[in-house]
Amino acid sequence: MRTTNVRARVDAGLLINDAAKLLPDRSRRMFLRNTASLGALALLTGCDIVDGPTSERALRIVSHFNDWVQARLFNPHRLADTYPESAITRPFPFNGYYPEEQAPDVDEDRYKLVLDGLVDNKQSWTLDQLYALPQETQITRLVCVEGWSAIGKWSGAPLSDFLRRIGADLTAKYVHFVCAEGYSTSIDMPTALHAQTQMTFTYDGEILPVKYGFPMRIRIPTKLGFKNPKYVVGLAVLNNYTGGYWEDRGYNWFSGL
Amino acid sequence: MADTANIGRAAGVSGPHTGEPAIHPLYVRITHWINALAVLVMIGSGWQIYNAAPLFPFRFPQSALGGWLAGGLLWHFAAMWVLVVNGLVYVTLAFATGRFRRKLLPIRPAEVARDLGAALTGRLRHDDIGSYNAVQKLLYAGILLTGAVIVLSGLAIWKPVQFRELAFLFGGYESARVVHFFAMAAIVLFLVLHVVMALLVPKSLRAMIRGR
Repeated sequence: MRTTNVRARVDAGLLINDAAKLLPDRSRRMFLRNTASLGALALLTGCDIVDGPTSERALRIVSHFNDWVQARLFNPHRLADTYPESAITRPFPFNGYYPEEQAPDVDEDRYKLVLDGLVDNKQSWTLDQLYALPQETQITRLVCVEGWSAIGKWSGAPLSDFLRRIGADLTAKYVHFVCAEGYSTSIDMPTALHAQTQMTFTYDGEILPVKYGFPMRIRIPTKLGFKNPKYVVGLAVLNNYTGGYWEDRGYNWFSGL
Repeated sequence: MADTANIGRAAGVSGPHTGEPAIHPLYVRITHWINALAVLVMIGSGWQIYNAAPLFPFRFPQSALGGWLAGGLLWHFAAMWVLVVNGLVYVTLAFATGRFRRKLLPIRPAEVARDLGAALTGRLRHDDIGSYNAVQKLLYAGILLTGAVIVLSGLAIWKPVQFRELAFLFGGYESARVVHFFAMAAIVLFLVLHVVMALLVPKSLRAMIRGR
């Protein structure tokens, strides 16, 4: 796991990738920056609330409200649609905040899934141990926050089985994931326990390729793509909110489908 | 028109000619301008979201609302509450007071053809802005339906799993995106025409501000 090395390369290549074009000006964390274009709206409202920290704060409050609404809309028994093999999108797109060739190259022999937080057994898991878990296959649609979607075939162990196996506190609020390149995200416990939420080890019958998150991706067909972390090396069961890479940059946290 | 007048009086608005019913009662004017603002924010932020993964080979100006995708999404999913709550208030009151039936019905194809012909040759009169001509009736009824379509297709895109029946109704997630886009395009076209007409017939703009 050349984590540090990878992270440095990721930073250098930020502006190369198509997805990276969507990143905000790195000198400024503010995501509302087009004052000129908002002139008309500012005129309409007669004050300068459209741009700047006040509106950013207000929008974040609404986003938290939307987290609450979505948690209530979420039906834990409702399954995402599944599709026939013929519907699979080929080639399935790579997406990340760095170009494909900078995706982290995780050493499978040294790989360990590290566990933390509210779990009884914090022993790390090797890849062989993970592969030995009972597995399921799903052909589902991945919906990206950018709007596009693609259908893929993923196999792996249901996350709910794994959480029970490690003696996780299933009444805890969050499951947080840490990835090899420094990415992170967190999800609500009801979604973690959803029947289709999967620790994915293969894509379309092949060991998960690097571009799709080798050695393990968390596949969640009830959440937007950026809530489906790749290259997962750590899992923590928590009661405190930890956000995530994109969530800290303004994407809505719950992002349920 | 009695009910309209009552609402206007109840709300304390009878305009300069006290006693006469307002052309647009207070609830119409308030919800109209809140809607105008919400729609502008929804379009501006929607263009920003579109730019992240364009459906067609063009992009909107990068100056669209929000600065980048996350900002666009935050604006879109904030303004949607204003749009929907305000829209429900308006639709409920307009149904309850009979405004829809009185102002928009009936729409007869022959009258639409006649008024459209008159409009295109510059002969359509705008003396009585209190009652709509057939083209107005058709366009206002059409934009209400488009509003319903854009909200429902938006819900289908937002929650294609929780509202999967709705997404199915639009032909699935990807077709719901296309429907959502064309509903936006229809609303933008309507908006251009609507603003041009309001400027050509300034008393209609005045009525939407002062009631008459």
